Amino acid sequence: MTSGAQPSQANITIDDVCLTDIPQIIEIDSEITKIAKPELWYSYYAPAGRSQPRWFLVAHEGERVVGYILGEVRAWEFGSPPCGWIFAIGVSPDQRIGGIGSRLLGAMIERFRPTGVKTIRTMLHIDEHVLMSFFRSQGMAAGPFIQLEASIDL
Amino acid sequence: MKLNQATRLAIWSIVELASRPGEQVPVNEIAQIYGISQHHLAKVLRTPSRAGIVGSTRGPGGGCEFTGNANRLTLYDIVQLFEGDREEEEAPEAPSTPVAAEVARVLAEIDRITTATLRSVTLQTIIRNAERKEERRKAAENLEPVDAMTERS
Repeated sequence: MTSGAQPSQANITIDDVCLTDIPQIIEIDSEITKIAKPELWYSYYAPAGRSQPRWFLVAHEGERVVGYILGEVRAWEFGSPPCGWIFAIGVSPDQRIGGIGSRLLGAMIERFRPTGVKTIRTMLHIDEHVLMSFFRSQGMAAGPFIQLEASIDL
Repeated sequence: MKLNQATRLAIWSIVELASRPGEQVPVNEIAQIYGISQHHLAKVLRTPSRAGIVGSTRGPGGGCEFTGNANRLTLYDIVQLFEGDREEEEAPEAPSTPVAAEVARVLAEIDRITTATLRSVTLQTIIRNAERKEERRKAAENLEPVDAMTERS
């Protein structure tokens, strides 16, 4: 984690994403994952033909994007009643431990709430201990679904 | 998950101390809360004390105090103090058959999930989640009489 002045919570706003935010989001994501995925992020910005409600929120400090979150309501996938899925969250590495992730997650939950969902869910790599710690610190724990996979190479 | 008794006592005690920051908590008080022997608990707490996460003061007003970082210390760290590094544990020698290899793979899968869980739960998370549950319980208790009145009216 790099050092940097942490923003005061009062200076942070949580907003719906704008097209001009995308390059900064791509930068934060590629800093975290070491892979730049511009096509993916632009596709999240302009989803075509989606039937499920989806939200793409960003944390701004002035003009600067310091975090983002993506979530949507998915119904009856794998037999699950409608629930709010968090499928991406990221905070600029130099702005962590300042509560930005909690603010983003809280804002997403407020978007989910009017849809009537009672549960939020996410999936992450088993070795992502820091991210897993974050979700657990927000009250999340292992749920009733388990992910299985197999190689299809012979 | 099966843990040694000392590990379990250490987890209870350390989380209890971490939930009361800056407070000197007498060992007998913790022993009483969790229904365990004070003598045994004092022995158990020597290990986290040597690791620098529990401090103690003798004399009147003395007791134990959590001296670690509750936002960083995980259940894995405590388990590791008492039971060694799970990731470095060598699997016992097994016959090299396809069945033995598959059994070993399943056991490794269980270990990986266990380790990931222990590594991701900080003491602060346990404390916060316990507080949330308590708040919900109290809120539910406060709602009950209102519900009963609504039904009567």
